[in-house]
Amino acid sequence: MAGRIKIRAQKKGDVTEVKALMRHPMETGMRKDQAGDPIPAHFITEVAVFHGDEPVMRGHWGAAVSANPFLGVRFAGGESGDTVRVVWTDNQGGTGEGETTIR
Amino acid sequence: MMTTAYSKGISRRGWLRWTVILSAAAALPGRVWGAVARPEAAFGATALDEALAALGDVPQVHEGIQFMTPDIAENGAVVPIRIEVDSGALPNVSKVSVLVEMNPNPLAASFDIPPGTEVYIETRVKVAQTCTLYAVVEADGQLYMQSRETKVTLGGCGG
Repeated sequence: MAGRIKIRAQKKGDVTEVKALMRHPMETGMRKDQAGDPIPAHFITEVAVFHGDEPVMRGHWGAAVSANPFLGVRFAGGESGDTVRVVWTDNQGGTGEGETTIR
Repeated sequence: MMTTAYSKGISRRGWLRWTVILSAAAALPGRVWGAVARPEAAFGATALDEALAALGDVPQVHEGIQFMTPDIAENGAVVPIRIEVDSGALPNVSKVSVLVEMNPNPLAASFDIPPGTEVYIETRVKVAQTCTLYAVVEADGQLYMQSRETKVTLGGCGG
C-alpha cells in the first residue's frame, strides 16, 4: 500500500526549497463512520526528506497533521539535477515514496 | 525434473520476497537515520504542560522564532502553519515541534533538523477548537518557543 508523493524541489539562491504533498487519510482514531463504528487510527508517523543519500529533515508526526499532508522544507546547497526524495511510514505499516530532481 | 522445477520455484519466490523486504527497508527512514527516536511520551501526552514536560523543560519565549498561523481558520481540519528561525538570532536549532493547546494530544509534529538544513517548516495541522498554537524549538539543549492564537470556526476533529 505504497502511497505516491507529489514533490517539487526548486533552487532559490543558496537554498533548495522542497514542497511535498502526500496522499493519506490521517485518521485520528477518534472519528466514527456513518454506522457509528469507530474508524481506526491511520496516520503517517515518520517522514524524511533526503538530498541524494543525505538526510535533510526527519519528521515525527501525530494524527493532528491534516489529511493529505503538505510539507515544505528548505536546505542549504543542492544543485539543479540533484535527487530529492521524500519517504514516509504510517502506523499500519504502510509506506510512501516520492522522488524528483532539483529544478 | 520435478525437483528442478520445485527448487526453481522456491528461488524465484525467495527473490521476490527479498526484493519486497529490501525495498521496504529502503523506504524506512528509520533505517537510514536510526539515531533519532520518536518522542513517544510527548506524543502520548493529553495536556499541554505534560507534552512540554516530556519534550524537556518550560520553554522561554524567543523573538527569533517566526511562527505563522492564520488569525482565523475557517476549517480547523486544515490549518496552515509555518515556522522559521533566523540562524543569526537563534543558532544551532536541532528540533522544531508544533503543539496545539486544546487538541486531544497537543503535540502535532516534531522535526529533527540536521546542520545545513534551514530552520523552515511548512505544514498543515488539525486544530480542534480556538486555542493557542506553540512552536517549540530546541537549540543547544535549551527550549524556546513562540505562540499564536488561532480562532477556529469549524473544529478539526470532524465526525
